[in-house]
Amino acid sequence: MDFSDSPEERVYREKVHAWLSANASPAVAEQDLSVVADADNVPRAKEWQARKWAAGYAALTIAKEYGGGGEAPIKQVIYEQEEAKFDVARGTLDIGLGICIPTVVVWGSDAQRDRYVKKALSGEEVWCQLFSEPSGGSDLAALRTRAVRDGERWIVNGQKVWTSGAHFADYGLLLARTDPAAPKHKGITAFIVNMKAAGVEVRPIRTMAGSAEFNEVFFSDVSIPDSDRLGPPGQGWQVGLSTLMHERMKAGKGFGLAGWKKMLDIARNARIDGAPALKDSRVRERIADNWAQEQALRLLSFRAQTALSQGGIPGPEQSISKLVDGTLAQQAAAFMLDLVGEPAVYAAGSDSPLRSVYSSWMWAAATRIAGGSDEILRNVIAERVLGLPTDARPDKNTPFNEL
Amino acid sequence: MNFDFSDDQKALGEQLRRALDKASPLGETRRVMMEREPYSRAAWTVLAEAGALGAAIPEAYGGVGAGPLEVCIAAYELGFALASTAYASSFQCSSALLRWGSDLQKEKWLPALASGAAIGTVAFSENGAGIEASAISTVVREGKLYGAKQAVLDAMSADVAVVSALQDGKPLLCVVDLHSVGVTRVPHDCIDPTRPSGDLVFEDAPCSVLQNTGFSSAQEILNLGAVVLAFEQIGAAERALFMARDYALVRKAFGQQIGAYQGIKHKLADMYLKIETARVHAYWGAWAISTNAAELPLAAAGARVMATEALDSAAKENVQVHGGIGFTWEHDCHLFYKRSRAYALALGPALRWKEQIMRQLERANVS
Ligand SMILES: Cc1cc2nc3c(=O)[nH]c(=O)nc-3n(C[C@H](O)[C@H](O)[C@H](O)COP(=O)(O)OP(=O)(O)OC[C@H]3O[C@@H](n4cnc5c(N)ncnc54)[C@H](O)[C@@H]3O)c2cc1C
Repeated sequence: MDFSDSPEERVYREKVHAWLSANASPAVAEQDLSVVADADNVPRAKEWQARKWAAGYAALTIAKEYGGGGEAPIKQVIYEQEEAKFDVARGTLDIGLGICIPTVVVWGSDAQRDRYVKKALSGEEVWCQLFSEPSGGSDLAALRTRAVRDGERWIVNGQKVWTSGAHFADYGLLLARTDPAAPKHKGITAFIVNMKAAGVEVRPIRTMAGSAEFNEVFFSDVSIPDSDRLGPPGQGWQVGLSTLMHERMKAGKGFGLAGWKKMLDIARNARIDGAPALKDSRVRERIADNWAQEQALRLLSFRAQTALSQGGIPGPEQSISKLVDGTLAQQAAAFMLDLVGEPAVYAAGSDSPLRSVYSSWMWAAATRIAGGSDEILRNVIAERVLGLPTDARPDKNTPFNEL
Repeated sequence: MNFDFSDDQKALGEQLRRALDKASPLGETRRVMMEREPYSRAAWTVLAEAGALGAAIPEAYGGVGAGPLEVCIAAYELGFALASTAYASSFQCSSALLRWGSDLQKEKWLPALASGAAIGTVAFSENGAGIEASAISTVVREGKLYGAKQAVLDAMSADVAVVSALQDGKPLLCVVDLHSVGVTRVPHDCIDPTRPSGDLVFEDAPCSVLQNTGFSSAQEILNLGAVVLAFEQIGAAERALFMARDYALVRKAFGQQIGAYQGIKHKLADMYLKIETARVHAYWGAWAISTNAAELPLAAAGARVMATEALDSAAKENVQVHGGIGFTWEHDCHLFYKRSRAYALALGPALRWKEQIMRQLERANVS
């Protein structure tokens, strides 16, 4: 048992670190998570991605022939660990690079890979994920957006919702229903859609944090050439599953939400009945509990890293981490605000020292929903890991148009 | 990065799983309880034969000379079997002897502890005040021990104990042969009769002092115990989770398996979450012991707190999932329920370990 890099990993870490040192400045204190999907952040994110691309650090795990680094996943982990120490635009392009593009690599034709992968990896083109709809988020296969074949093209009508970054995306990975007579999972097809095409309308939805993160996207007679169909007709559910797998892998990586160090800091300065809050045994217990959960997340990532380092596949660590992370961050942030007491009501101020805690408290709520809700992940663990029966799904085998 | 046990260590675990499954099924633990035996000889023999008792004892003293990681693996299997043995206690005892014993003390006890001929334990708590230095009133005078220790895990089965005491007003550790004249064992009705504790009363009892020990030595030994016991707790928690899962697959209510209801599914998923988050802490603790890392006090406390919560939750929700049958004497659920409390109390409650976490964090993060 050891936590050190192999000699090869160490050399790689040093190389990455040296490159980052030459190209970025060290990380600043706390990031306000609201800016991640802000359109204003896009130029900076694109510029950074272009630099990574030029240096060979864009999409390390994607095969070289498609423009990636052709490296083992452990190198990606090492790169991300090192990059986290620097102040670079992070997160903004993640949905495209971490979720959509890997799906295009797996399911795309050679022509599609040539056309789309490099332009995304180099930061030129930005992608969004057009899955969720008003009729189905957790129950994704209930989606209703229709694509009808018309010779060598498809005509799309319908609506997507909660689409992060649609307001600045160039392309989207779209799931649409192509065969309403088939049962819900069988009549879906995946497409690549040009977000600037005629008939695509993006309307922003403000998040509870006030930010412009996600959108509604309307499709009115949008024409998609058949050459932009991703995978065979009717196989959209399988395409979507490989996307969701990447999404949960990403999700397990931690969100940088405020944790025990910040808590300790606040407890040192806050007072309860005239004495430092840090002397209060209730406060001490809460901080210890919080540390134990946070440390578990860190250690779980070491387990995943061990699997990758040995050329294996991580176990269910990612689902566990995402489940722990959301609730933990939400409780921790609320507790930190409580520790400060009444003045914490000003935490929303952009110059408030509690701004990052406030933003953590907001975004933790999203963490528990997006990319597989807490309840869905508990089902996943119960069914896939523990082997319990699946929930009753009365609509599973009925043709979609008879539901 | 290799945050995992080696293949050899895992093979030891598999070997013990098979052997304990035969020699110490839950029926054996129940027999120990019914016949009021202090421990399971059958399980102890398995450990002795597998070399698990001397895993961390050097070959020069009759051990295997493997290391603490092997001890952790064995503890996990003992937990899974819910076996009745003084494994963690004996490991704590031999660790204290290894660290601070004279050649004579080591030669006297270590070979016997390694072979299983002797069972060891540690006796720190007294006066209803736990293990604090200020609670110690047991004293050493001219090589004899006077006083009483309370709630000593495995007091009824142990042959030798490492005891905390004062000599000339200073805390230290000493070794006591529990078969000596002047040592009285006082049995009590314990929450978990399969892992009985008892009091040890010393009146003119011969003892030999461990050199260079102080109050922090007791804490060091507790840290080792916390990690090893955490592995036992997690093994037991996993067994309880499997019991609950298996029952949820066969028991039907309202026309379907109870395991098809989310109230049950999500409960089991939460048990699993607690076990897996505790497991990584215990692994970290094992690493800290094996490398004698500066993080050991923090890692031990983390393992202790998380493993206690994992077993508490698994044991009580296992009863819940079983319904009425889970509350019966006949069913095995209560063996886990009682064990969960006994292990939560042995080595001191989670609250105390959380305070240890805080002290370490404050030290690591001085503003
Ligand atoms: C910040 C943010 C960004 C997002 N970005 C995107 C994006 O870029 N692209 C995209 O396609 N989607 C995106 N989403 C959508 C996200 O994937 C969905 O919100 C999520 O899958 C939940 O679906 P829903 O909102 O329809 O909620 P519902 O599915 O209606 O869920 C409502 C509640 O019911 C519970 N529930 C549902 N089914 C079950 C069940 N079987 N058992 C028990 N409980 C159940 C849920 O857990 C939840 O608590 C985003 C969401 C958020 C919050």
